[in-house]
Amino acid sequence: MSTTTTHPASDLHAYQPGGIMRWLTTTNHKDIGTLYLSFSLLMFFLGGAMILAVRAELFQPGLQLMQPEFFNQLIGIHALVMIFGALMPAATGFANWMLPLMLGAPDMALPRLNNWSFWLLPPAAFLLTLPFGLALFGIGDGALATGWTFYAPLSVQGGMGVDFAIFAVHILGISSIMGSINIIVTIFNMRAPGMTLMKMPLFAWGWLITAFMLIATLPVLAGAVTMLLTDRHFGTHFFAAAGGGDPILFQHLFWFFGHPEVYILLLPVWGLMPHVLSTFSRKPAYGHNAQVYSFIVIGLLSVVVWAHHFFTAGLPVPALIYFMFSTMAISLPLAVLFFCWIATMWKGAMSFETPMLFAVGFIVLFGIAGLTGLILADVAADAQYHHSYFVVAHFHYALFAGGIMGVMTGVYYWLPKWTGHMYSERLGKLHFWLTVVSFNLTFIPQFFLGLAGMPRRIPDYALQFAEFNAISTLGAFVLGFSQLLFAWNIWSCIRRGPRVENRAWEGATGLEWELSSPPPHHSWETQPVVK
Amino acid sequence: MKTVFRPPHLLPLLPGFLPCSVLAAYNFTFPEPVTPIARETLHIHNEFMLIITTLFVVVFAIMIYSMIKHRKSVGHPAARFTGPRGALQWFWVAVPFAILLFIDFVLMGIPAVQAIFSMEDTKTRADLVLKVTGMQWKWQYEYPEAGVRFTSTLATPRQQIANGEAKGEHYLLEVDNPVVLPVGKKVRVLLTSLDVIHTWWVPQFGVKRDAIPGFLRETWLLIEQPGIYRGQCAELCGKDHGFMPVVVHAVPEAEYLAWLETKKSAAKAAAGGAERAWSKDELLAAGKEVYAKQCVACHQANGQGLPPAFPPLAGSTVVNTPLFGMDGKPAHDSHVDRVMNGKANTAMQAFRNTLSDVELAAVITYERNSFGNTRGDMVQPAQIKALR
Repeated sequence: MSTTTTHPASDLHAYQPGGIMRWLTTTNHKDIGTLYLSFSLLMFFLGGAMILAVRAELFQPGLQLMQPEFFNQLIGIHALVMIFGALMPAATGFANWMLPLMLGAPDMALPRLNNWSFWLLPPAAFLLTLPFGLALFGIGDGALATGWTFYAPLSVQGGMGVDFAIFAVHILGISSIMGSINIIVTIFNMRAPGMTLMKMPLFAWGWLITAFMLIATLPVLAGAVTMLLTDRHFGTHFFAAAGGGDPILFQHLFWFFGHPEVYILLLPVWGLMPHVLSTFSRKPAYGHNAQVYSFIVIGLLSVVVWAHHFFTAGLPVPALIYFMFSTMAISLPLAVLFFCWIATMWKGAMSFETPMLFAVGFIVLFGIAGLTGLILADVAADAQYHHSYFVVAHFHYALFAGGIMGVMTGVYYWLPKWTGHMYSERLGKLHFWLTVVSFNLTFIPQFFLGLAGMPRRIPDYALQFAEFNAISTLGAFVLGFSQLLFAWNIWSCIRRGPRVENRAWEGATGLEWELSSPPPHHSWETQPVVK
Repeated sequence: MKTVFRPPHLLPLLPGFLPCSVLAAYNFTFPEPVTPIARETLHIHNEFMLIITTLFVVVFAIMIYSMIKHRKSVGHPAARFTGPRGALQWFWVAVPFAILLFIDFVLMGIPAVQAIFSMEDTKTRADLVLKVTGMQWKWQYEYPEAGVRFTSTLATPRQQIANGEAKGEHYLLEVDNPVVLPVGKKVRVLLTSLDVIHTWWVPQFGVKRDAIPGFLRETWLLIEQPGIYRGQCAELCGKDHGFMPVVVHAVPEAEYLAWLETKKSAAKAAAGGAERAWSKDELLAAGKEVYAKQCVACHQANGQGLPPAFPPLAGSTVVNTPLFGMDGKPAHDSHVDRVMNGKANTAMQAFRNTLSDVELAAVITYERNSFGNTRGDMVQPAQIKALR
């Protein structure tokens, strides 16, 4: 062990207000991580409630519960809440909690920035959903009703919900960029002596690439929505052909951010997977460096494939061919990851605790997302899949099975470290099986709906789609309500789970497992040395 | 169209998921293709499904084998390897990637490129041109050579949507004026939009293309079998996005030409109507019909609209301004101006090119004398014609 001391014991850090002030003023990475994760869980249930209302409306043909305007608001805000409110904060919460533990640092590099990047989130979420409340009092016509993609000119035409959403996105963007800066600075400057970049844990690598992608692409989104704002209110014509603009320009700008965003949501999870697989296979991760290089390649490729999100917009033939092949090329680094995950399990001594179950579920279901993504890249077939429920099913395999289930893997895996208590394995397994079965029950029918020709984002549908929609709604409700088990399991783990050792899992390796569970206030007061 | 049941390729993903007795009620793949593009797309889809299902099964069979054999509970000792060692292992690691490279860029890539070239082959040997204009929330179809133009709106009664009465067989997929096309002819389809982006999609044609305001996009069809083909707008375009179906009647050429003639003479009759003076009652009756098709989705049957996005016409200042100014022209933002030219950045579109002189005069007259509006005046089709 080393003798380098970073922070001599200082009384300044002993400032510990109680109650709400503790959380408002905290600069401690673990507190902020907890705030991020709690916020994420709250948003997960909020976004989930919205989509259950949508699925209830879609249970049968005809309009039963809501008018199309409200339906359109729910689908768009559901997406924004889940992406910006649930998934990204969950990943940032992981980074806050785990990076200092894994890297051998006392805290994040920029603790006050850290506090601010979290506390920007609640106002943004409030802005995003406020128009729903205002509409109840007869002010305005509700929230953003364009879907989360803001496509102009529909968003130019929309009500004030669009302006609220634009400002919410600005604030969320600032928060994410600051979080990313903090993570990059922490990773570059605060690693334990001896921990070269290539020796760094894969979770940190996944986040490092994510952070660079966020900084590269979020300003483009901010620019695009600002242009939208000036088109709406200040007489510019960026997206109006009548004034020399182009509606498709918006799609280029949006997806220049939007496609990397998919990997922004997934890379932290890909980084976490080898840790879990290696722990429960009791075997070191396979192909550490290969995974690092795959992360980098995916990060680079992700910013050059955006136009596959609008193949039907009438792009020129060379552009179609280029975007098709560059998209297909992503399958190669992704295949490296799948290979490494399975090779990590191969010839291990596996046991299947809840995190491992979620990890395996993640690999299989995310495999479906990857494979359907491969065929979506094909321009001719995409003409049928695009704008249909096939795409909806595809990206929920990517973002629910890939994103949310990945986050659940991490929560179950690290919960004992964070709380010092073990969750209920029985409830965890029940949660896993309910989630996997009901998830497939929800989304497999949507693949078939899309193939049969049901467009997405419609509040009512032709009779031929009725059976699959009913099944899908059934699945969605089981899926939604089984998540209460998750919340309950976390709660009871915090309150009265049995105590765990420092190394909560038999096969766990890495600096984070050397510290006590829960870790001390300043995680590593003395930096460890990595050999 | 009854779709023929074919073996569903996705099904192996979850065997036993659906009870087999009810399989007949479900569609597992594209509907019956009726154009060369749709046939090619279905072929590509089936081939790709086979490829990815095989990949899925092989990869996860290996994983499941490992999960069964390499468990702690069966006493399997953990190995320590972290990467390939030696040339032979490197070779076996490289093999799956070589296969994937081959699948991506040869097995899937070559047919995909061919399909793109045939899909985008819009400029050669077209027999006729159909211009499709999307607007909130209906389609306008135009046959430029014949000078025929009409709009096509949802024919499903609102009562069925509100569950007030039983839903018909083609619920939400039926229109008042279907577009008619000849079979066996290559149709070049030009697309544009008046307001926001719409997407014209008929699944059985394998064609889906965005209609973008201010730009022309194109695609093509060659329908091989007569029949009625149904589709929908596929891009979220506002409130009634789910209620703007596409219905195409594909008929033998002779029938198509006869239909075109009747459309032409109907258009001529309508244009002739603009010359004569109309009585107020005639205009009100015609206007009521136009209103029910063109205006009711936003401004509602009672003229109360859905504010703030869709303002009421009852008591509206726009409706209640004088028809014409001192110079005999409609003032900016007057009733005639608003209906003909629309309002920028709102859902109020310009009806100048969508409606005929008679329809415009009728609907304006109707709005000024309904919903409690008592202007009492009227506008003649000839006056509208003079403004064009």
